Amino acid sequence: MTDILEVARRQVLEEGKGLTAEQAYECLTLPDERLEDLLALAHEVRMRWCGPEVEVEGIVSLKTGGCPEDCHFCSQSGRFESPVRSVWLNIPELVEAAKETAKTGATEFCIVAAVRGPDRRLMDQVREGIKAINEAVEINIACSLGMLTREQVDELVAMGVHRYNHNLETARSHFPNVVTTHTWEERWETCLMVKEAGMELCCGGIIGMGETVEQRAEFAGQLAELEPDEVPLNFLAPRPGTPFEHYGLVEGGEALKTIGAFRLALPRTILRYAGGRELTLGDLGTRSGMLGGINAIIVGNYLTTLGRPAEQDLQLLSELRMPIKALSKTL
Amino acid sequence: METYCDRCGKPSADGGHEACRRARALEPPRYCVRCARRMVVQVTPMGWTARCVEHGALTSA
Repeated sequence: MTDILEVARRQVLEEGKGLTAEQAYECLTLPDERLEDLLALAHEVRMRWCGPEVEVEGIVSLKTGGCPEDCHFCSQSGRFESPVRSVWLNIPELVEAAKETAKTGATEFCIVAAVRGPDRRLMDQVREGIKAINEAVEINIACSLGMLTREQVDELVAMGVHRYNHNLETARSHFPNVVTTHTWEERWETCLMVKEAGMELCCGGIIGMGETVEQRAEFAGQLAELEPDEVPLNFLAPRPGTPFEHYGLVEGGEALKTIGAFRLALPRTILRYAGGRELTLGDLGTRSGMLGGINAIIVGNYLTTLGRPAEQDLQLLSELRMPIKALSKTL
Repeated sequence: METYCDRCGKPSADGGHEACRRARALEPPRYCVRCARRMVVQVTPMGWTARCVEHGALTSA
């Protein structure tokens, strides 16, 4: 049988064609002693098809908690006994958050709300917030506001939102074990509308929610089919009060294999470190991932949890000679 | 005066808060240490604020 990394070298590195789900599965099940080879190839692929630049982003929660959905990983669902209480960020605070983000050198700022989809009040707050941010600081603005109607997609485009985040979260076959209040297909539909409207699509998910390795590979294949501009990779950080509270952390080597396999399935995509990397990978693993296919990071804090100090990530990028730059669908 | 764990809201004197203390390195406080009320917490890219309706606000700064 041909070695999967030899196949990937020819197919992905030389021809730029991502691995299929079946091939990604072969990567995910490589023995641990092949991990370094997998990461080295994923890094070569990233450098060949994306370049050395790294996109740095900050995120903030505009509307926290009280969400009607039951995403089992999320502390912001109003359906669980979570310690997270509802709160709205006001416009001056939102602008301040964008300025803090820009000061790190980040080129991307994502406004997030814990909702099924935006109502009129939220859309108005977003509009006002974007206007105020644009008057105060130069930074690309992305949004993550749940499921959208076509009219809302058009409205966000008109506001100047250049990228929209809407995660599929996990493989289609595993989704009903993670969320029951809406379907994977509804999420897919919003993703398609975002693409059709010409916004960049940011779509990823969370590893470690009880999915099998086959389902991780399935997820990589489904993301490749969707062709998002960016894929944020989160690793589950079990939150108190949620149904996934007692799940274990993804083991570091397994997380790195996932990074490598996803890069080989998505050679031209912005592959971003998102939540959970601090717990799952630690400092050393974070560095390995940056040399194993990752080419974007969220710096600073997340929506309800804290990240490691932004300076630490910026220092790492400097050591690795990976300049900060806005990346886009031109990759 | 009795105090409470700012992560789980249980009395500090009960002990067993080692895991809470470790977790707090990557989490803002969620409960008021003086009254154990759930606080209103806003996380921003570079900090956080936590407000108890009775005992006022804390910030990361």
